[in-house]
Amino acid sequence: MDTLHDLFVYYSQNSAYIWEQILRHFLMSAYGVLFAAIIGIPIGIIIARRYRLSVWVISITNVIQTIPALAMLAVLMLVMGLGANTAVVALFLYSLLPIIKNTYTGIRQVDHALLESGHAMGMTRFQVLVMVELPLALSVIMAGLRTALVIAIGIATIGTFIGSGGLGDIIVRGTNATNGGAIILAGAIPTALMAVAADLVMGWFERLLMPAKGKAKAKKQSETATETV
Amino acid sequence: MLKFDHVSKVYKGGKKAVDDMNLEVEKGEFVCFIGPSGCGKTTTMKMINRLIEPTDGSIYINGENIFDKNAVELRREIGYVIQQIGLFPHMTIRQNIALVPKLLKWPEDKRFERAEELLKLVDMAPEYLDRYPHELSGGQQQRIGVLRALAADPPLILMDEPFGALDPITRDSLQEEFKKLQRSLGKTIVFVTHDMDEAIELADRIVIMRDGKLVQVGSPEEILREPANEFVEEFIGKDRLVQARPNIQTVEQIMNPNPATITENKTLSEAIQLMKEKRVDSLLVVDNERKLSGFIDIEIIDRFRKKAVQVGEVLEKDMYTVEEGTLLRDTIHRILRRGTKYVPVVDKQQMLLGIVTRANLADIVYDTIWGEEENLAASEQ
Ligand SMILES: Nc1ncnc2c1ncn2[C@@H]1O[C@H](COP(=O)(O)OP(=O)(O)OP(=O)(O)O)[C@@H](O)[C@H]1O
Ligand SMILES: [Mg+2]
Repeated sequence: MDTLHDLFVYYSQNSAYIWEQILRHFLMSAYGVLFAAIIGIPIGIIIARRYRLSVWVISITNVIQTIPALAMLAVLMLVMGLGANTAVVALFLYSLLPIIKNTYTGIRQVDHALLESGHAMGMTRFQVLVMVELPLALSVIMAGLRTALVIAIGIATIGTFIGSGGLGDIIVRGTNATNGGAIILAGAIPTALMAVAADLVMGWFERLLMPAKGKAKAKKQSETATETV
Repeated sequence: MLKFDHVSKVYKGGKKAVDDMNLEVEKGEFVCFIGPSGCGKTTTMKMINRLIEPTDGSIYINGENIFDKNAVELRREIGYVIQQIGLFPHMTIRQNIALVPKLLKWPEDKRFERAEELLKLVDMAPEYLDRYPHELSGGQQQRIGVLRALAADPPLILMDEPFGALDPITRDSLQEEFKKLQRSLGKTIVFVTHDMDEAIELADRIVIMRDGKLVQVGSPEEILREPANEFVEEFIGKDRLVQARPNIQTVEQIMNPNPATITENKTLSEAIQLMKEKRVDSLLVVDNERKLSGFIDIEIIDRFRKKAVQVGEVLEKDMYTVEEGTLLRDTIHRILRRGTKYVPVVDKQQMLLGIVTRANLADIVYDTIWGEEENLAASEQ
């Protein structure tokens, strides 16, 4: 009961600060994912056409994914110094795998007959990509972005250790204070809510972009694609 | 119109899929490629629109070497229908049909007008234009697949087993529909199939292939009458050769010229009387000039016994007939497939000439079996 009360008091006294951290947290995550999308989607498209390359690229991104977040931040900090930019780079690296892998899967899963049909009707390679492959892969690619964003929101919390700000700041402040339970919650609750909200909103987009073809089937595919991440 | 000049294709790994092929196809001709799986039919077809590049030789369309043209532009001038149908699931039927016109940069209203116009050709309601492919049945989807190939009005259309994935009944009706369409549009068509019945039904000329080589090229009649060798004979199948025996080629030759008939002004009880006399369960209804208007049978009479008096009031007008001169094998095919008991034979003015019944068919089969055995016996002596 006390904690709840304290939480309430903390929120009412620091609302401007908390909003600022929420926004900062979200922007770091969003930038990380955005840059990863700008780089990762074209890479996914390229490796979907080159099997040999795809093995390499996916292995590398897999390795990046297994590096513990704290270690990654520490190494990046050595190179880039403290601050939000370093955190964004880390989030970018973590977002690459789901985005590249889902783009790759989404494009590879397009029925070969449709590609042949497209070429045979006189589409250029670029037209096949834009008119056939990308629209049909879009929902799977969106699923990748969604996974990436949810992961990024979680990892952004520890950005505080390299002075990036964000909701992690509030949580760490709580751990340092005596009886800081309420303050920890004050940071943790918005983080969790943000992750859930991102998941819901992106999930909604994903369904919106699903090609009209048997939605159930496409949904299943995008789910398996996310699971493998 | 289309000419293959010493064309060969050797795949990576050394597989010779097409071997020194020479062939000319006339404008407006319907050519069917047929042969066992892996004989190179698809490869041949895809070389025409350069989805596959030949290793050797050249292909000409209207005298122009296709390798001098831009592949993308070439393909926009050639319709293509594949077995898997290949409609784009994220586009509406309208967008699917109007795709090549879009690539050719027709203005939007002209494109959509064309889609509507084409849909009418296959008797589908305009509502379908805004549906997505998965909302259509397999047969409807392949109709759209064919329309899509026709959209930019290409003079040449390639079709690779377009009806192969459909059930036999849908396939049958689509074939008939398509044959009509082709006659009215006068396109040159190169058609690949596995199915000899399909080839015989549709083709002006059949090309039989084996291991990348042409084995025989000729009209269905020629191929049935004079198969070039044992392979062709086997491929056509004994039963079709039997059906094609020259002395029993058209329906008139086997029909019964005196079917039981009745006129519309007779009463139902007279009809029953007549059926009893002739020992039949169905009568063809004709007028005084012997023009066929329908039929009545026991079931109809039984159903209307109390309500009607005259034959004319209850006769069933909807019936399947064949015209004189129709080939026997088509008729046999239909009788067997549709499960009807008989088919009336009429002339162009719907005058009744006779009737082909299942009993007539039994006679032929009996004859041919006897004929075969006699031949065998003769050759053994
Ligand atoms: N891309 C390829 N690489 C190597 N060999 C191929 C390739 N495509 C086809 N072949 C081979 O070439 C031969 C002819 O193939 P093709 O697809 O033209 O046969 P088809 O007559 O269309 O057979 P089907 O009736 O089964 O469709 C086959 O033996 C096949 O295995
Ligand atoms: Mg084939």
